Amino acid sequence: MIRYIVGRVVQAIAVLWAAFTLTFAILYLLPSNPMQLQLAAAGIQEDSLTPDQFAAMQHRFGLDESIWSQYWHHLAGVLHGDFGDSLTQQVPVTELIGQRIGPTLLLSVTAAVVTLIAGSALAFLATFVRWNPLRVVLTRLPALGASFPQFFIALFLIQFLSFQLGWLPATGTEGVPSLIMPVLTIAVVTSSVLAQVLIKSFDQTLSQPYVVTARAKGLSRSAVHLRHAFRNAALPAMTILGVIVGLTVTSSIVVETVFTREGVGKLAQEAVLAQDVPVVLAVVTLAAAVFVTVNLIVDLLYPLLDPRISHTPEVVPV
Amino acid sequence: MTAVLALAVEKKPARRARAGVFLRKPGFLIAWLYVAFIVAVAFRPGLFTGQDPYATNPAASMRAPSAEHLFGTDVYGRDLWSRVLHGSPLTIKATLIALVIALVAGLGLGVVSGFFGGFTDSLLMRVIDVLLAIPGLLLALSIVTALGYGTIPVAVAVGVGIVPGFARTTRAEVLRVKTLPYVEAARAGGASWGRVLLRHILPNSWGPVAVLAVLDAGVAIIAIASLSFLGFGAAPPAAEWGTLIADGRNYLVTAWWLSLLPGLFVALLVLSLNHIAKTFQELNR
Repeated sequence: MIRYIVGRVVQAIAVLWAAFTLTFAILYLLPSNPMQLQLAAAGIQEDSLTPDQFAAMQHRFGLDESIWSQYWHHLAGVLHGDFGDSLTQQVPVTELIGQRIGPTLLLSVTAAVVTLIAGSALAFLATFVRWNPLRVVLTRLPALGASFPQFFIALFLIQFLSFQLGWLPATGTEGVPSLIMPVLTIAVVTSSVLAQVLIKSFDQTLSQPYVVTARAKGLSRSAVHLRHAFRNAALPAMTILGVIVGLTVTSSIVVETVFTREGVGKLAQEAVLAQDVPVVLAVVTLAAAVFVTVNLIVDLLYPLLDPRISHTPEVVPV
Repeated sequence: MTAVLALAVEKKPARRARAGVFLRKPGFLIAWLYVAFIVAVAFRPGLFTGQDPYATNPAASMRAPSAEHLFGTDVYGRDLWSRVLHGSPLTIKATLIALVIALVAGLGLGVVSGFFGGFTDSLLMRVIDVLLAIPGLLLALSIVTALGYGTIPVAVAVGVGIVPGFARTTRAEVLRVKTLPYVEAARAGGASWGRVLLRHILPNSWGPVAVLAVLDAGVAIIAIASLSFLGFGAAPPAAEWGTLIADGRNYLVTAWWLSLLPGLFVALLVLSLNHIAKTFQELNR
């Protein structure tokens, strides 16, 4: 068991390192030159700088070194919690992210909690209800929710809840009311994904012999559904927790941009617009770290929650 | 001879059943019609609208949807319906590029991985694991940062993002088909591995991959629209769907149709594709 845990942790670290390296390669090795991108984004002609100025700027961001030394420099920095300096704003990237991680954490955690509740409730109802028309509607609902682009849901909510009814502020980071619509926007999509998996899992669980036995012993439908089926049906769905957290993190980019929330997602969008390579690298690495960690935790917890499994199944991505 | 006859007789009801699907599942038919309409629009946008998407008319700006302007007009008085239709070629082209990248790379990786197995397989699957560790949209964002803006970089970015899914599905299918008796029979009959791969394994592992392709077309459309919504798509005045929706956002208070109608147009397309993929899955079961 210890050997399995150590192996799994080492594997997670290796994947994370490879993800960082891949992102670094994409950002620094592709034909584009971060320096030129930077000058173009700032509207400065490359020719208007004297060679000395250009060299000084390159040196300032370490871009005059070879790609290998840049890579080692960056990797060593990341291991010490230092992602370098932003190209556009002359401050350390960690400081930029630190200032803006609060709203994103709040948004992601709230959205994840809402997703778990809404997704489970929907899956529970869709398999519990007996009246066929309602059952069909509930079963089809997740497919509908997963089909709408998030920015469309966001704009629809703004139009409806802010402009028509005037209940909630359309933009902003302050207070609980400004959190409601962004959370709803993310949760519509993520809880649809969760509900789809859960409904399938419920259907399989409910056809198991022990469910029939429990009913035959005289337990009510709701008792069997809640106490016997739910826990067993929820186990396979745990494997997509990582996917859901990943979706929540990427959703925050679009959602924070639409609702003008000052979070890391909006920082990522601004960084790509300004081609601020160190910031993009940091955000991508951070998101990959969150995703890998959640998958690792799920993998390590799985055998504890489901004693039938001594080794852990691979997390199947959606 | 009798065997051939029997086959011919057997085939007919199967074909009728296939046509009957449309009657039994009207939603499936509607979804197909909508997708066909969009594809037709993508190739000949002029057929479905008489209006010039770039002609400004200040006198008729911000008109609500009407018979003359199906989707209303924008702040410069441009007809939004024709702008949406003329935006289709860009978005559909980007989707097709993304799908081709995903199909070629994903199929290639999956077939090589599943077919050769062993060290090659574990190496390629580790690569896929790494690609999967970076959430899709963020991988796309870093590629867009490196390649710059525009329809093609966005399409490449989205395509690379959906490669892992294809590779995994293809690999799983190849692994499944590889062990079936007819593959062994073909090998015993003297067919080369190349022939077995192309004529026996690939055609039979195609089903789930095709369903995934339809599903991923929807995913790609959302991703492309999201990226152009975030401002990384084609430069103005050309208008991809995402750009149109983003532009309309500024006038949401006074002219809701500028954002919401193009958004609905996109959402219906994704919904249709998902419905088609789902029905295929149900039929194959």
